[in-house]
Amino acid sequence: MQATLVMFVISLIGFSIQDNLGDPLRELVGQSVSEKERDALRDRMGLNDPFLVQYGRFLSNAVQGDLGNSYFFKKPALEVIARKFPATLELVIGATFIIIFSSVPLGIYSAIKPNSWLTRFILGISIVGISVPVFLTAIFSIYIFSVELGWMPSFGRGETTAPFGWDSGFFNGDGLLHLILPSLSLASIMMPLFIRLIRSEMMEILQMDYIRFAWAKGLYPKRIWFLHAFKNTLLPVITVGGVQVGTMLAYTILTESVFQWPGMGFLFLEAVNRVDTPLIIAYIIVVGLIFVVTNTVVDLLYTWVNPTVKLVGQKS
Amino acid sequence: MGKPHSEVSGAKIMTRIKSFLNSDFVYRFRKDKVAVVSLGIVLVLVLSAVLAPLISPFDPYDLKSIDIMDSEIPPVWDENDGDERFLLGTDPQGRDMLSTILYGMRISLMIGFFAVLLQGILGVTIGLLSGYLGGKIDAFFMRLADIQLSFSTLMVAIITLAIFQAAFGAELYSKLAIFMLILVIGIAEWPQYARTVRASVLAEKHKEYVDAARVIGMSPARIMFRHIFPNTLSPILVISTIQVANAIISEAALSFLGLGMPVNQPSLGSLISSGFEYIFSGSWWITVIPSFFLVLLILSINLLGDWLRDALNPKLYKD
Repeated sequence: MQATLVMFVISLIGFSIQDNLGDPLRELVGQSVSEKERDALRDRMGLNDPFLVQYGRFLSNAVQGDLGNSYFFKKPALEVIARKFPATLELVIGATFIIIFSSVPLGIYSAIKPNSWLTRFILGISIVGISVPVFLTAIFSIYIFSVELGWMPSFGRGETTAPFGWDSGFFNGDGLLHLILPSLSLASIMMPLFIRLIRSEMMEILQMDYIRFAWAKGLYPKRIWFLHAFKNTLLPVITVGGVQVGTMLAYTILTESVFQWPGMGFLFLEAVNRVDTPLIIAYIIVVGLIFVVTNTVVDLLYTWVNPTVKLVGQKS
Repeated sequence: MGKPHSEVSGAKIMTRIKSFLNSDFVYRFRKDKVAVVSLGIVLVLVLSAVLAPLISPFDPYDLKSIDIMDSEIPPVWDENDGDERFLLGTDPQGRDMLSTILYGMRISLMIGFFAVLLQGILGVTIGLLSGYLGGKIDAFFMRLADIQLSFSTLMVAIITLAIFQAAFGAELYSKLAIFMLILVIGIAEWPQYARTVRASVLAEKHKEYVDAARVIGMSPARIMFRHIFPNTLSPILVISTIQVANAIISEAALSFLGLGMPVNQPSLGSLISSGFEYIFSGSWWITVIPSFFLVLLILSINLLGDWLRDALNPKLYKD
């Protein structure tokens, strides 16, 4: 219900942008057409229809996947975005891998050994990580690893292959090498958050009665930490993770613009500079859709992991 | 947090300052070196930003004092090319880096401060209303907050500013940029405050002093703002520090994308952005020095916020 409402609002926003930003007629016919002919054209294109009629038309087109043609690419806007989507997706997947495989072990370690020097070091680094904006991490990783050391490529996706019908950088060395720095920078902003979250949740859970009971029962420490305690740590991590997917999407715009990564965010910035209205609207709607879908999935996942939570409207 | 006193005489202020200095809070603060150092750094940076017109060696907005022949001079400690007029070197337009950074920090801090003020006013009012009045108002605002929190602030800000830039044109937009940034960052984050305040209002609402105030016939507005509000101040203080840091980061990110402050009136973010293309040609200081100040500022605010959260959280009273 909430999801539909949000999508409805987003479509309204998209429509009002289309209505107010630029004149589609001028894009079509240029300046050399007389005022009378313009009016006739306007009538024919339905630009003089009442607001609701126009909105209805916009909506029915949008539902069928038609968001207009990009002015610059002269192709359907959705198609242009769909072609760039894999690049952004790969960036996000790469970053997610890095985040999961570093923040889970580090978070658990700093929770079970709260007083060791390594924990202090991890926490110290993590607050520095929070304080460095993602575009700075990106710039400095380029400066150090590409300009000074020359180990890594500094921009673009490198070679891509298309084994499943879309361009992917996952399946050859050059593409993977190009992926490292961008996904590291993208991961750097989220990692500290997750380390701290996992740590604080886990420390709280380690104080609980059932854990003490498990100790008393004489279970192996490993079993207690990784099975009993960690399972319950996951609950809040999933919720936060879902919200962060959206945030990560925003940060892809920054990372992509520094690394000239040919993804959706980079495309969006170009579209803004060219005032390519259909493309801007298409991007907003696609992003809105991603947000709504991830939030819904997280809600469902949450009820699945934690059976005590009931969805609104669900019978108990 | 004490209740506000309307008439406080000079002597009273002195005793209050004294009791504040002797309090637990200050004692624990003095013991924590990290907190003391970060407070010091924040104070120095804020002061020098506020006093930028007085202490900076050049006026970066004054076109007369800029000479294009002075462009891209490295900092003083570079023995070959350094120029002692320019302590931190100059940027591609020949502006003194130190002055531009001071002025830029002024803009960054200003945006951060006013955006958080706006967040605070919106969030606290909504939080008090929905916590105290409850019912439909509460349900409506909290649903709204849920929806807004599910979208990331940065995303919303980028899209909104991009649309405004496209609609206004770059010329007009660059004049309005500072207000737009404050408005967008300010409006985007009110749920943080609203939720925190609402939670503490719910905890305070049924205490005896609130009941007493209601029984003697005070208006709900007075109860909310004069009686409950002062008791929600400590969580507000904690999120405010973190929010200022976040607002400055958001502003820097937006300016970096070219959606924030224009180049002729740069914030720290737009300084970094304009220096970015020169980093490949070896003029590292144009990017690195403003970045250093930005990170230093945010890091110190964050450390301070962390300490404040631990200090004001009664759960963590240990030694």
